[in-house]
Amino acid sequence: MVSQVSTHAGYLDDILARHHHRTNQLLQVLIEAQAHYGYIHTSAIDYLSLQLQLPRAQIEGVASFYSFLYLQPHGDYRVLFSDNITDRMLGNMDLMLSLCKQLWVEPGKISEDGLLFVSTTSCTGMCDQGPALLINNIAINQLTGERINEICVLIRERVPLLEWPAEYFEIADNIRRSDILLGSNFQSGRSLTALLQRGTAETLQQIKVSRLRGRGGAGFSTGMKWELCQAATGREHFVVCNADEGEPGTFKDRVLLNRYADMVFEGMTLCARIIGAKRGFLYLRGEYRYLLEPLLSVLQGRREKNLLGTSILGNNDFNFDIEIHLGAGAYVCGEESALIESLEGHRGTPRNRPPFPVTHGYLNQPTVVNNVETFAATCLIAQNGGAWYAGIGTDTSSGSKILSVSGDCERPGLYEYPFGVTVAQVLSDCGAKDTQAVQISGPSGVCIAAGEFQRRIAFDDIPTAGAFMVFDQSRDMFEVARNFVHFFAHESCGFCTPCRVGTSLLSNMMDKLSQGHGSACDLVEIEKLNLLLQSTSHCGLGHSACNPVLDTIAKFKPAYDIRLTHKEFTPAFDLDSALSQARQMTGRDDAGAHLRECE
Amino acid sequence: MNNPTFTLDGKTIPFTEGQTIIQAAIAASVYIPHLCFNPEFKAHGSCKLCTVKANGRKTASCTAQPQPDMIVESNIQELNDERRALLQMLFVEGNHFCPSCEMSGQCQLQATAYELNMMSPHFDHFFPDRPLDASHPEYLLDFNRCILCSLCVQASRDVDGKNVFALAGRGINSHLIVNASQLAETGFSGDDKAAHVCPVGVILKKRVGFVVPVGQRKYDLLPISALAKGD
Repeated sequence: MVSQVSTHAGYLDDILARHHHRTNQLLQVLIEAQAHYGYIHTSAIDYLSLQLQLPRAQIEGVASFYSFLYLQPHGDYRVLFSDNITDRMLGNMDLMLSLCKQLWVEPGKISEDGLLFVSTTSCTGMCDQGPALLINNIAINQLTGERINEICVLIRERVPLLEWPAEYFEIADNIRRSDILLGSNFQSGRSLTALLQRGTAETLQQIKVSRLRGRGGAGFSTGMKWELCQAATGREHFVVCNADEGEPGTFKDRVLLNRYADMVFEGMTLCARIIGAKRGFLYLRGEYRYLLEPLLSVLQGRREKNLLGTSILGNNDFNFDIEIHLGAGAYVCGEESALIESLEGHRGTPRNRPPFPVTHGYLNQPTVVNNVETFAATCLIAQNGGAWYAGIGTDTSSGSKILSVSGDCERPGLYEYPFGVTVAQVLSDCGAKDTQAVQISGPSGVCIAAGEFQRRIAFDDIPTAGAFMVFDQSRDMFEVARNFVHFFAHESCGFCTPCRVGTSLLSNMMDKLSQGHGSACDLVEIEKLNLLLQSTSHCGLGHSACNPVLDTIAKFKPAYDIRLTHKEFTPAFDLDSALSQARQMTGRDDAGAHLRECE
Repeated sequence: MNNPTFTLDGKTIPFTEGQTIIQAAIAASVYIPHLCFNPEFKAHGSCKLCTVKANGRKTASCTAQPQPDMIVESNIQELNDERRALLQMLFVEGNHFCPSCEMSGQCQLQATAYELNMMSPHFDHFFPDRPLDASHPEYLLDFNRCILCSLCVQASRDVDGKNVFALAGRGINSHLIVNASQLAETGFSGDDKAAHVCPVGVILKKRVGFVVPVGQRKYDLLPISALAKGD
């Protein structure tokens, strides 16, 4: 027992020291503890409890909330296949089964020799280069049968990840169309210089004149948010950049942080000057762990140029620095109040609102939370003025929007357009053919059918955080909706009854239809459940969890109708699947091992 | 000076600054169905049973504050239908066997289900596997009945200063845990506030089951709606 504790004290002392024994750093400490030991040992929790003066139940409660943290051994290699619909369309399930078969492991279980764990995970933000997986939280894309065979050999021979072929870990930016933001020739410090010349009040005025709205999807006025936060009283003000890009089908922030990080950090620094913040955070989703070191070196570069740190650009009243916090596999943390909870080292449960973060955010202090793309856009406004920015786009939606295009098209990747572009234009540019539908802004957004492709990307028509998934005529829109429903059930935080239970009930009902046991009354039930989710859920996740199903029922009813094989009520109990365990135990799968249904 | 008022199902309810809709309703002896709300604690806002329509917009009445002259609807069919569905969700999520449960007649979940005419669980049961914790000499934990209201978590943390309970897991796998491998090792005591706040039957005192005969229990005598606080 004593040796158990000392085993964990050894590495935990270093981690705790790096985080100054701050309880707010709990999630970061747990992530690093797992990276070192492979999982979070119960003695490690005891030790952390002692050192951080936190109840062990609270630590266990936090650790068990995040998908990427494990409280039991999970093997030396933890392989998680990205399971967005776009990965499915590219054949991720066959690849996963092939890997499982070759390495003698079942999905969702640890191999008997403790070597590896294989399962699925929510969209990893690589839809333009899928199918994708994460191995020990590092991304590998463009999987093929051949690459899976190679990976099996590497795992079987226990080759350390660092010695795997470097090309496995290459990630392309795939910028297909640039406009004012992606095409800007950004030079570090120019926006800050413009701010200092113009003054904070006038710069804030320019942001307001620009009519910039948040790029995370909700579209709140950025100028108004900054002004409200500036006016709010508190001990300290904070700037938070939401890089928890979890919406399936979105990957623009990945590219922005890979190639335009300097601009994003400069936008955060502009905000800090305006609202009077000394500290900022970038909350980076765990799936983008590979970006951490490059981002840290960009921050260091900015400090060396005196664009970050103390007395920025020689102004002794301008002090601001940025820390990067990692997420650990929780989509709900993209909701700003859940993100703040997570930053504080808690479970990522959305808060009761009001009060809103602008007055009561991080540590209950005034906090601006903006999207990665929003911060980058503020640099353009600081440099070129609000009127210039407002002149681009449409009346309700100024400026440009970066779309993450994936699915059935020839050229998936990033496309930046002035707001107001039609869906048809994007489809033509990305080389989409025979398009049946486009899911815009991810599962929580809208599904657009042919006939609506003249609609525009804009806040008053189709608002979007950026996802643009294309489905051609060969795709089954019921299966698309079912994939999204499973996503929401997996990502529900579990706080409120309707979302916690409702999303799981909904997945079960969609599975029942998929297995051919559906009847007309199931469809009525599904619609009723969706309305309940919409009207009583605690946060946006629950409110929008019904969108994919309601949209596809409205627009692709035949995809549901063919599954309603029974006119009358059909019990969900399935005689044949009840025998599946017996089939597995006997290794049989012939006709005689199946029960034909009684007609 | 008169307090501002709002109307709740046509009845005028006075309120003071900072009060929530449900607090003002309880002060005026009007019942709004609820489970995770307990007037002695900060509102958790998770069960959503107390959802009302405030000026036409649905909101949890335990966290929303009234505005002067606001029109609040609560006891209407649309909301009661939704509440019934939420109750059914709670029933199928856990393992609730009312006829053999020693809390029958004193359980807020059961009493609220009677109040809202819930006749069946309607949805498919999840039948979760939730082992009991009988380690403590005086108390038993039956997690099968937990509705994740967090009242024991709050009471133990904020009143008892002990942090005996916490929520763990996520989504449908959310569950209650104790601050050790089992309750006996936590310092939990029958004198704790946490021992007396469970609205269902997770935290049970040993050796007193069925002391009050079924038929003579709290909600056998009066429906839950007769008690504005629900308890």
